[in-house]
Amino acid sequence: MNLLIKSGRVIDPETNLDSRVDILIEKGKITKIGKIAKIPSGFKIIDADKKIVFPGLIDLHTHLREPGEEEKETIETGTKAAARGGFTGIVAMPNTRPPVDSRSVVEFIRNQAERKGLVNVYVIGSITRERRGETLSEIADLKKAGVVALSDDGSPVLNSELMRRALEYARMFNLPIISHAEDLYLSNGGVMHEGFVSTRLGLAGIPSVAEEIGIARDIMLAEYTGGRLHLAHISTAGSVELVRRAKKKGLKVTAETCPHYFSLTDKAVETFETSSKINPPLRPEKDRQAIIKGLKDGTIDVIATDHAPHTLAEKELDYDSAPFGIVGLETALSLAVSKLLKEEKFSPLALAAKMSLNPAKILGLDKGRVQVGKVADLTIVDLNKEYTVRVEDFASKGKSSPFQGWSLQGKVEVTIVGGKVVYSNTEKVNFLQNENT
Amino acid sequence: MARKEKAGVMDAAALNRTLSRITHEILEKNKGSVNLAIIGIRNRGAFLAERIVKKINEIDKSRLPLGILDITLYRDDLTAIASQPIVHKTDIPFDINGKKVVLVDDVLYTGRTIRSALDALVDFGRPREIQLAILIDRGHRELPIRADFVGKNIPTAPREIVEVRLKEVDGEDRVVIMEKEDI
Amino acid sequence: MIWKRKNLLGLEELDPEEINFILDAAGSFKEISTRPIKKVPTLRGKTVANLFFEPSTRTRMSFELAAKRLSADLINLSPSSSSLVKGETLLDTVRNIEAFKVDMMVIRHSSSGFPYSLSNLTDVSIINAGDGAHEHPTQALLDLYTIREKKRKIAGLKVAIIGDILHSRVARSNIWGLTKLGAEVILCAPPTLLPREVEKLPVKISYDFEKVIKEADILYFLRIQKEREKRSLFPSIREYVRLFGLNRFRLELLKKDCLIMHPGPVNRGIELDAEVADGPWSVILEQVTNGLAIRMAILYILSGVRTNLKKVR
Repeated sequence: MNLLIKSGRVIDPETNLDSRVDILIEKGKITKIGKIAKIPSGFKIIDADKKIVFPGLIDLHTHLREPGEEEKETIETGTKAAARGGFTGIVAMPNTRPPVDSRSVVEFIRNQAERKGLVNVYVIGSITRERRGETLSEIADLKKAGVVALSDDGSPVLNSELMRRALEYARMFNLPIISHAEDLYLSNGGVMHEGFVSTRLGLAGIPSVAEEIGIARDIMLAEYTGGRLHLAHISTAGSVELVRRAKKKGLKVTAETCPHYFSLTDKAVETFETSSKINPPLRPEKDRQAIIKGLKDGTIDVIATDHAPHTLAEKELDYDSAPFGIVGLETALSLAVSKLLKEEKFSPLALAAKMSLNPAKILGLDKGRVQVGKVADLTIVDLNKEYTVRVEDFASKGKSSPFQGWSLQGKVEVTIVGGKVVYSNTEKVNFLQNENT
Repeated sequence: MARKEKAGVMDAAALNRTLSRITHEILEKNKGSVNLAIIGIRNRGAFLAERIVKKINEIDKSRLPLGILDITLYRDDLTAIASQPIVHKTDIPFDINGKKVVLVDDVLYTGRTIRSALDALVDFGRPREIQLAILIDRGHRELPIRADFVGKNIPTAPREIVEVRLKEVDGEDRVVIMEKEDI
Repeated sequence: MIWKRKNLLGLEELDPEEINFILDAAGSFKEISTRPIKKVPTLRGKTVANLFFEPSTRTRMSFELAAKRLSADLINLSPSSSSLVKGETLLDTVRNIEAFKVDMMVIRHSSSGFPYSLSNLTDVSIINAGDGAHEHPTQALLDLYTIREKKRKIAGLKVAIIGDILHSRVARSNIWGLTKLGAEVILCAPPTLLPREVEKLPVKISYDFEKVIKEADILYFLRIQKEREKRSLFPSIREYVRLFGLNRFRLELLKKDCLIMHPGPVNRGIELDAEVADGPWSVILEQVTNGLAIRMAILYILSGVRTNLKKVR
């Protein structure tokens, strides 16, 4: 499709571009960035005046639930939610049923994404067979089938010897290992952060050290083996400090955090609403501040959503019984804009790096860049438009979000994948019909 | 231990003449070269054997089978010496069964080398006859061994050493008597 | 040179001259096995004891035949490893053997260093037939001999060792032998099967099997054991074979005069396809023949070392 994006404030973190220019897109690729005086014919024009044009956002942490748990989410609904949230690319975490531990499941997801998906889906393979944490998956096979990373997310790899071998073996294929770092023995039975709030509320707590011990171990193994480690959803001050030290040493360690960790604290649990039940749990204010500092000084490379949808029925249980997990694709950018850009004075360039360029680099994708010759994956955002979060409007099947009713700034106006508009807030028909259905 | 040359016994021409005479004697005793085979005992016996085969070829145009025998593994004094001597290859590329084998060596002294050679040969088959051709017999036999063909008899004292030098390995054809020197 | 060592325990401590000395000797001994009477009286009256604490058919047979063809007497002692309590029984073992007035011992044990410990307790000559994951000098020597016989040299050749290097004594001895004689050694295995800091040895490392087999003059395959899969050193035998197995389709990548070697026994269909193991590049059977010659040479060389010479280990 041929597009002209006019007069937007274009952001490219790799080249430090932050100026008001036009973008010409031909046959899905960016062909010109600059002032285009004469508007060529046959081009659809998108007016981006007073709006920001980001490189398409990429989520390093999405649970699409298909195959096996389609009642929670499908690739179709999940990619719709992604498009609505400004994401042009998401990963598919492998804790599906069956888990992504063999080539056939990888191919299923890729085919399904091709058929029904609205945005790019990058498949992540599991580290261990059936995610049982006992033996390695056939990693060469997974790589051949097209996985971009390995993870047992949802679970840590408790057996340190196995984690060591995984890091070593994956080196052959230059695959990053995305680790859900947690000492399960320490987090045993907890449902929220272990602290004053949990004491008052009488809920079993998950101590910060459960996460920090897992992270410390993974960092040391990464150092010992020379493997590539990406730490998922870090949430505590201690974790940030461990990552900071690792980076100082020059280790191949990257880290991500999620919007809820810089937007909420454990006080949110006081209402006993299960939309505050997440793993890792919401932490006290001092950790939230440390997370923000970690984002500011580059310790934390990525903001990811950890989009983990569940059915209403599942979440409408007592706090102990409800599963961990909230949705995040459709609120992530707004939270980043409201909390980081507006309140903490982050620059749009910094935001774009955390949510687009860095994820692309970690996965080894040629994405996250607004440059001539690159595929046109773009997100157009109105930084100033304020709106109220309504889960009823979510495209995702999951409606459990602690941000229900929040007033946020930063609305995604248009999402473009491969030069095609897949979501638009300004036109009557919001979603592009996938031509393959 | 140092050695000093005491006397020259043969020069190149004499050595050649002696070898020719031995060759003729071999052919005479065996009434020609039919069914003959020549096997030289390493190291110098092998070169002498090769020369004999060449001479026979010049005389009656026949090309006799030629073998090389290393007798190190059959020595009877292996337990007494300081360390294992280096073993070289034995190469007998023909069947010795039924043949008249002429063993060739440079010096015949105690006879123990020849005894080892007989032991080795018997492991390769059953020759019809084994004869012995020697360039220099220096006496002092310790076993009942005698040569059928002798180049030269040289009486020697035990402290003397008979050195046969051959062009192929020493650069010259010469036989000398050396004396062990006390230092 | 004059051989001074009472024992042959490993290749790490040998000089290149000492290694070549053994290789040179082996040629003469190879010839004996081609005679009608495959015997020489050289070690008549000597007694060799085979002490195999780990099961082995081929190596044990090879040593037994080597001793017998040199006319030595051979006794086989196979103590069950369950009866071995470390330390205490070591001395007992040695004392018992010395009571038999044995001249040489051939020892194989699952514990690295066992022959070394024994050698400190006795004057009897000790030949290491494989200790744990540490060394297997006679195997490496017969491999070197095979390479030298076929290629007329060792220096400058590219030798790739492929497989479970981590647990392999054969690999370690070969690395010592090959590098001492000037060959270029490339280790090819997944990172999980390479020992820690192995790059400190003068070797190259590659995970790219197909690239390695294109450039190597010699391909040396190690056995893969299924038990390693359980310890997650690789996901499955199937994946290992896909990545590092030499099947008939990969044969066209080999250099024309490439040699394929294996210490045996071959896991057909795993390291090598049956056609490859039996095919024209393979010198696996010659390795076995040469093994006999090497072991005869070693028994001969060590039998001559007098124990009142200065004891060089």
